[in-house]
Amino acid sequence: MATTLEVNGKSVAIKADPDTPLLWVLRDEVGLTGPKFSCGIGQCGACTVLVDGSPIRSCSMPISGLAGMKISTIESLGGNHPLQLAWVKNDVPQCGYCQSGQLMSAAALLATKPKPTDADIDAAMDGNICRCGTYQRIRAAIKEAAGMSTVAKV
Amino acid sequence: MNAPLNPIDLKSGATRRELVVGATLVGGALLVGCGPGDILSIGAKKDFGAFGPFIKIAADGAVTVVSKHIEFGQGNHAGLAAIVAEELDADWSKVKVEQAAAIANVYANTVMGVQGTGGSSAIHNSWTQLRTAGASARAMFVDAAAAKWSVPAAEITVKDSVVSHTKSGKSAGFGDLLADAAKITPAKTPALKDPKTFTLIGTDRVRRKDSQAKSDGSARFTQDVQLPNMLVAMVAHAPRFGAKVASFDATEAKKVAGVVEVYQIPTGVAVVADNTYAAKQGREALKVVWDETKAETRGTDKLLADYTDWANGKGTLPEKIKWQSFETKGDTTKPTEGQVFEATYDFPFLAHATMEPMNCVAEISGGKAKLTFGSQIPTVDQLNTAKIVGMLPGAVEIETLFAGGSFGRRANFQSDYVTECVHIAKKVGKGRPVKLVWTREDDMKAGYFRPLTHHRVKIVTDQEGFPASWSHKVVTQSLMKGSPIPSKGIDASTVEGAMGSPYLKATPVVDGQVLMPDLGVPVLWWRSVGATHTAFVMEHTIDQLARKAGKDPVAYRLALYEKAGATRHAAVLKLVAEKAGWASPAPAGWTRGVAVHESFGSVVAQVAEVKLVDGAPKVGKVYTAVDCGIAISPDQVAAQMEGGVCYGLSAALFGKVTLKDGAVEQTNFDGYRVLRNSEAPTVETYILPSGGAPTGVGEPGTPPIAPAVANAILAMNGQATSSLPFVQG
Repeated sequence: MATTLEVNGKSVAIKADPDTPLLWVLRDEVGLTGPKFSCGIGQCGACTVLVDGSPIRSCSMPISGLAGMKISTIESLGGNHPLQLAWVKNDVPQCGYCQSGQLMSAAALLATKPKPTDADIDAAMDGNICRCGTYQRIRAAIKEAAGMSTVAKV
Repeated sequence: MNAPLNPIDLKSGATRRELVVGATLVGGALLVGCGPGDILSIGAKKDFGAFGPFIKIAADGAVTVVSKHIEFGQGNHAGLAAIVAEELDADWSKVKVEQAAAIANVYANTVMGVQGTGGSSAIHNSWTQLRTAGASARAMFVDAAAAKWSVPAAEITVKDSVVSHTKSGKSAGFGDLLADAAKITPAKTPALKDPKTFTLIGTDRVRRKDSQAKSDGSARFTQDVQLPNMLVAMVAHAPRFGAKVASFDATEAKKVAGVVEVYQIPTGVAVVADNTYAAKQGREALKVVWDETKAETRGTDKLLADYTDWANGKGTLPEKIKWQSFETKGDTTKPTEGQVFEATYDFPFLAHATMEPMNCVAEISGGKAKLTFGSQIPTVDQLNTAKIVGMLPGAVEIETLFAGGSFGRRANFQSDYVTECVHIAKKVGKGRPVKLVWTREDDMKAGYFRPLTHHRVKIVTDQEGFPASWSHKVVTQSLMKGSPIPSKGIDASTVEGAMGSPYLKATPVVDGQVLMPDLGVPVLWWRSVGATHTAFVMEHTIDQLARKAGKDPVAYRLALYEKAGATRHAAVLKLVAEKAGWASPAPAGWTRGVAVHESFGSVVAQVAEVKLVDGAPKVGKVYTAVDCGIAISPDQVAAQMEGGVCYGLSAALFGKVTLKDGAVEQTNFDGYRVLRNSEAPTVETYILPSGGAPTGVGEPGTPPIAPAVANAILAMNGQATSSLPFVQG
């Protein structure tokens, strides 16, 4: 049974079985490799994409329930999103593997809370693990993209 | 001899050993007059342009720096490129970086002797090599311009890829002079700049070159490799270390749509499929019976109990395992008079838990082997692949991609996940690409942990409270297992940080011993290696001694550094104490702890501000001072200090792998807790001005944070910490 998904504004006919997690459909079938595989159980956030604007862990979300919903991946931010500009300006990434997921969680945060508090950032970003430890730059870049004062640079 | 090569032992000067190894590699042919790099590079494609293997200059004058080192977060690509750009006077904003091929005799790490990244040595070992490459290329442009314009070379200047002669008003870009410059024979020892005249190195202009690609999803990792006709493999691995496949039934696995074939390989049973999810489902449907007769079945409780007994002179030592001295001086037979301090410390197995689980892409056909992945020690990966496919190591092609972290995991004598992929690709054959995907569970259950470690110290202090004698016992697995060349002495990497400590230097009588039992659990370097435990023991012990002596921990350390002549330690400690306001009270509700540690040529001091929340430490701010020689990119040095603190703090707070009857109990981030954003401290980094050659940065930020936190807790409530992690359960 074919499923039709709306990915980054385009309608895509999917061959994969409806119980296939969205992550593998995006990566192996649609060819969008920005969302990453890391834990496979929704614990680390590397696979985060937006569904109707809300961040979800695509590794643990079968495509069967996603027909008619708007799926947005890191590729949809276009490269010049205020968060991406702030990420580059602050040299946030180290290995970079988690950053697609970090950015999608941050994008969802700013869409609902344009001026997030530290507690808002904690709540929105704690589902995204970074083993390189770029957390303080992520926080600074979110604040910078939100037009707020950033952590003072030494 | 089928064991892989030990890169650490392959330093220059080991000629006979190199020849023996090399001769083995090429099937017994004796290749007199070749160094190991030459032997290992036979069959490699070599086609470098006029500016050598590290610099490419395009017709439009654009400069590309070729990095022999993998980039997995450390920021070395920016640093390496900046070294070249500085000496070449290239336009930094347009400099690009590309990854070198695997060619051992051209791209060898000058410290390791083979091509590889590790020991925080990327910048350090490339410093003179890349300065020379940049200066040579610059001289070629200068000479070309001088000849073309008939002016003295000494009057020519270069800035931002433009060559100028002020008197005549002539100027030309690298592109304009390219053809002429390429004809000039490069000087082997060109004049290098006086570091005082650097205009790029040491400035905030040296920023990462990969931030855009890593912020828009386009950066290419092994996981992202998609090749025509490619298959994806997952492997059913043994539940215990040392177990083997007894039998398997692939009937159900082969019924899964998309599954192409099932193969038995040395490490388990591989399911090969059209796509990742099919491979995963196929593996779940597979039935494997394991032969566990040779498996490691001991649990961590039993191992730690044995380690503790052995360090305490009880129990029976395993056969052939002996105590070995790592540092001994003075008369250790005579008891020292004074106050006695004794402590033991326990450290668990730790997983690297890189964000990108281990993976590899291999294409194998008659006479061809190509690997595409994040190769940390390409020469070793070439050797291990060559043995499986039966070809010259140098002919094994490796395309190195970005890796989603390593922290030591991808530098492995066994090339474990690489050879697994090669075995599968060989079975598949015909050069058809195979991508091996490990799940998080595969990754964490595979071992190669930071070893379980026990320390026992007994110190007698003099009348002023300083150590008069220091007895130190360490029980930990050797990291050198799998090396084909037996280690002559001890495995220094397991005790570095205790060995060579300024505190031992300042102590008249020292008896430092290490016992390295052999377990079935594979272990490996883990960001900062021996210092992951030795720094904790030395720094937390020193703080306890200072408090027993009624002395301020900073002043107590400075007195010992004075005795030891440890001027760099003293300098960073003074700097961090000043920046953290050590002399004044900590912010209300917070308590400070300090620690200092030297690793990989750099010395780092940290002051952590800590409080206890529901009994668990919360770290607010960490002041860091570092002496890493000349800082190529101050911002990336800061980034590594921030990351190093988080990596060390994550392990100190939560990191613990336990074995139950030999089976790994934590297999994903639900069981193996790691630091999250709200738990991360704010790190402020201060770099000690230095004119010295650059030293390590990737690892040295990690060791001090755990003892700094323990020392803050000690200051808070007098409680010493005898085992990590701080948060149990």
